[in-house]
Amino acid sequence: MSNLAILPILLPLLTGIMLVFINKQKTLVKVITGIMVFVNLAVVSWIGSVVFQEGPLVLEAGDWPAPFGIVIVADQLAMVLVITTNLIAVASAFYAFRSLDEQRERYYFYALFQLLIAGVSGAFLTGDLFNLFVFFEVLLMASYGLIVLGGTKEQLRESLKYILINLFSSILFVTTVAFLYSVVGTVNMAQLAERVADVEQQGILTTIAILLFLVFATKGALFPLYFWLPRSYSAPPTVISALFGALLTKVGVYSILRVFSLIFIYKLEFTHQFFIYMAGFTILFGVIGALSTNNVKLIVAYNIIPAVGFMMAGIGVFSATALAGTIYYLVHDMIIKAALFFLVGTMAAISGTYDLRKMGGLIKHHPLLGWMFFIAALALAGLPPFSGFIGKFLLLKGAVEEDHYGIVAVGLIGSLLILLSIIKIFLNGFWGEARLAPEQEKASENGRLFPVALLLIFTIALGLGAEFFYPGIQGIADSLVDPSIYIDAVIKE
Amino acid sequence: MELLMAILAGLLFSTGVYMLLQKQILRIIIGTALLSHGAHLLIITMGKLNRGGPPILSEGVTKYVDPLPQALILTSIVISFGVTSFLLVLAYRAYQKNGTDNMEKLRGNNHE
Repeated sequence: MSNLAILPILLPLLTGIMLVFINKQKTLVKVITGIMVFVNLAVVSWIGSVVFQEGPLVLEAGDWPAPFGIVIVADQLAMVLVITTNLIAVASAFYAFRSLDEQRERYYFYALFQLLIAGVSGAFLTGDLFNLFVFFEVLLMASYGLIVLGGTKEQLRESLKYILINLFSSILFVTTVAFLYSVVGTVNMAQLAERVADVEQQGILTTIAILLFLVFATKGALFPLYFWLPRSYSAPPTVISALFGALLTKVGVYSILRVFSLIFIYKLEFTHQFFIYMAGFTILFGVIGALSTNNVKLIVAYNIIPAVGFMMAGIGVFSATALAGTIYYLVHDMIIKAALFFLVGTMAAISGTYDLRKMGGLIKHHPLLGWMFFIAALALAGLPPFSGFIGKFLLLKGAVEEDHYGIVAVGLIGSLLILLSIIKIFLNGFWGEARLAPEQEKASENGRLFPVALLLIFTIALGLGAEFFYPGIQGIADSLVDPSIYIDAVIKE
Repeated sequence: MELLMAILAGLLFSTGVYMLLQKQILRIIIGTALLSHGAHLLIITMGKLNRGGPPILSEGVTKYVDPLPQALILTSIVISFGVTSFLLVLAYRAYQKNGTDNMEKLRGNNHE
């Protein structure tokens, strides 16, 4: 039964390897990708339901007991994120069928895509710090392949920077693992948590904690370390940007959430206070970036940053309510970022430009696209019927309860500015004088709206069906506040 | 012994960071190689440099060196090897396509 925990990693990995061999038959590759993303989604949903009914599944690789072997821990938090990842994979695969040029499809796009999903799922599920590093590298290597795929001038230029910053932070990650190993003598997360608790997180451990935080903050694009993100995320084709924007930074956030709710929780007044300041600056600077540009894709890419800031604020406040808000917002943000990238990609495909000043009047001939974008914009800003509202509400409620009024103010102002930045696309791109050439007026969306519709249905469901989803999320948050649940599940005496 | 190795790793880190901040792509890649050497050296040092037999079970040996850091390093070496080779090919392509290996000239706002 516990072998189920490996399936979310194994299925995409095997599919990816298989796709490398049959790469020549393009139709077959698409059919297999199309089937496998659905199979994956079904399998992880099933595992998710098992986990929610019977508690975490812990797989000890090779039957070595917990601290000695590698463990794969499928707990509720990891499964929620894996299910969301696979949902985005379904939408991305179908968007790729409709939007990607033949050249890119021929050079192993679908294989790299499956390996990326395998890496992301692995990073969510692993229970071992060095194994987390390896899964980071799996997903990063796949993302390096994807970001240069096609080899345009701009992609080559921006991918150099992307790879260099990620290589540097990976080296820092290895160094930090070495430090941690020298202090506590283990790399298993549950045992790390036990041993850090035994020595009550002395000074050296807090230093290591902050180093580890800087590694994940670079991956997750927090305030002083986000400079690499916007341009490198807007260089590759839309479907790749969407995958990156939805999945990669969120792995960084998840790692911070896991490490700082399980292992380093004994100097809250220092570490978590520090997170709140970082979160505030991240929200403000990200939103200023989003307001500063007229490139539609760059606006969405900049909007990734304040969202990460909101999640960090929740982790910084560290109460059950705020953590529930963070998890809700994390799931919502993965879905909505993918949807927004798809929508601006479709806008750009129709009007032939990413420049907002050259667009206008799209709504007259493409009303469905327009109203879908409107819904996505409202969901992003966090208006009540949609999913963004509940996450933000819980987050800010948690912050008020713990008397962090500063971050509440920053969060509310940030939300307003996010709405301004995204509605700017709607006002200038969809309203205004029509600037479409006659053939562009008749241009169809080419089936690209189906994957977006799938994602938007889920944002609406997450918002309207909050009664249904909330108890589960609250349960996860409660178990995050008490790390002994995780430790007891992994290390059985 | 650990102190000596720590100083050496520190030297590798500082040289690596200095090289990362250069303008030429090739120097930057040499910087990343130096940094990963520093990191690997640090892992072996952090596992304590006790004297003992190599970690292969053999008769008559009672004390072995710590096998875990060696496994970690081996993993990390092949990963950084893969990334470095990718980066070298990418630098070559970027040089061909953009016509420069100067990072200062590899910027721009001409978006699409």
